[in-house]
Amino acid sequence: MIFASGLRKSFGSFEAVRGIDVDVRRGEAFGFLGPNGAGKSSTMRMVAAVSPVTGGTLRILGLDPATDGPEIRARIGVCPQEDTLDNELTVSDNLFVYGRYFGLPRKEVRERVEELLEFVQLTEKARSMVEDLSGGMKRRLTIARSLINRPEVLLLDEPTTGLDPQARHVVWDRLFRLKQQGVTIVLTTHYMDEAEQLSDRLVVMDKGVIVAEGSPLTLIAEHSTREVAELRFGVGEHEALAEKVQDLADRVEVLPDRLLLYTADGEETVTKVHERGLQPAATLVRRSTLEDVFLRLTGRTLVD
Amino acid sequence: MTDSTAPTSTVAGAGRLLDYWTIVYKRTWKGSAISSFVNPLLYVLAMGVLLGDYIAGDPDQLDGATSYLAFIAPGLLAAQAMQTVFGEVTYPVMGMIKWQRTYFGMTASPLSVREVILGHLGFVMFRVALTCGVFVVVMAPFGVFATVWGAVLAFLAQLLVGLAFATPIYAFTAGLKDESAFALVFRLGMIPLFLFSGAFFPIQNVDPWLEAVARVTPLWHGVDLTRMLTLDTVDAGTALVHVVYLAVLAALGWVWAVRRLTKRMSF
Repeated sequence: MIFASGLRKSFGSFEAVRGIDVDVRRGEAFGFLGPNGAGKSSTMRMVAAVSPVTGGTLRILGLDPATDGPEIRARIGVCPQEDTLDNELTVSDNLFVYGRYFGLPRKEVRERVEELLEFVQLTEKARSMVEDLSGGMKRRLTIARSLINRPEVLLLDEPTTGLDPQARHVVWDRLFRLKQQGVTIVLTTHYMDEAEQLSDRLVVMDKGVIVAEGSPLTLIAEHSTREVAELRFGVGEHEALAEKVQDLADRVEVLPDRLLLYTADGEETVTKVHERGLQPAATLVRRSTLEDVFLRLTGRTLVD
Repeated sequence: MTDSTAPTSTVAGAGRLLDYWTIVYKRTWKGSAISSFVNPLLYVLAMGVLLGDYIAGDPDQLDGATSYLAFIAPGLLAAQAMQTVFGEVTYPVMGMIKWQRTYFGMTASPLSVREVILGHLGFVMFRVALTCGVFVVVMAPFGVFATVWGAVLAFLAQLLVGLAFATPIYAFTAGLKDESAFALVFRLGMIPLFLFSGAFFPIQNVDPWLEAVARVTPLWHGVDLTRMLTLDTVDAGTALVHVVYLAVLAALGWVWAVRRLTKRMSF
């Protein structure tokens, strides 16, 4: 569905995307995980056929965005990072006019508007002005709008950034249903839980390049341990204490507010820490996540 | 089920924006309708009738007009076309690029930048047609049109005047970072044009160098063309110069607008 080889994007002397290879297959949910500034949005804008490619090859649905931009855009759906809804139009008018941009007849668009409002649970808000909606509702409306042409590929750039936890879950639930319906989904996110929830396969991006690729589970298996023991000591003590527990784990990460001990059995590790006479203010044993993979690969956390 | 498609031409693409602009207009028409009717009436009464009372209706002094009212009516009409355009292609265009980002939504669909521009300019020209149409109708009872045909042609000329202003100012707006330049555009652009392009007095009255400046401004070409049509004093050669000047300006502005907005939107 989407094929990129050596794909690059530069803005003047700044290289936002520095040669990435991606192959997204039909029906899969594919994620770009990375911190802000990793080049995710630049990649998405090129895939959405609105940003010219600086170098490399890019094909979307077998078409070249340099020459077939409108044809590509007719067949994909785009949910941008910042909402581009018309605030002064009603919810249903926003969808209606958008459907018309795709060359769909009015009657057909009206039917789809009703269906989509139902799908994103905004039927009661159909006559409200967009500016009166909450952030979560606007996001759902933007998702509905991106589905008006029944796209073969849906591109979502940071679909839940800025939403409260409840609103995020509603959005995830809707995206999950789309996935079940067989829509190919490509999303970017800097939330590891979102990437884990939604994507079958993902790439981890950092500074314009792909640093790892695979399913969330294989990435964790390859780049991290099964469990993580988190130890909190007093501020400023972590650096020194890291040396004392170095041998208890496969790997130790020092964060400003805690130590992360990568190990197969977290409880056992915590017990050994206590046996050495160390008394952390708090301990937590959890499973490894993509956050740990990212930390391992880049030495940095996802959300600073 | 109908499949979504890429538009077959720029005009077809712009046509897909018709419903959008219709809805926008339905939402905003009340505010503009009253001012587009009342403003010309006030100008014609204050300047044409009341001020005009103090000015001798000498055709030799007034480019062939037999009254001051008949002299300034076409000037005000062309100025109305210009002012409508200034209002429509400054803040609203910036809003759709920067504040509401509506253009980004449009160009994520199969529509391209030139179709978005054509659709928006189509709406601007609709607004020009409407305000100038009202102006012509309001002025007609004052007997300022020598012939009915003159009134119709003067109306059509406003579409050309409007377009000649619309494309270059649109292009200017399309590349602006923020709205701070608009205050200058209005104060140093629109108002001096309005006052010194022959709408209120024959430009032969000013210093020769200022007259030379006035003769190259687009509004003077629009005013003089409109005046010839309303007074029925058309000189074919001069009229052709005006039409060509305005058409070339509109065409250059279009090319510039497409280039500037494409650059702005395709980062």
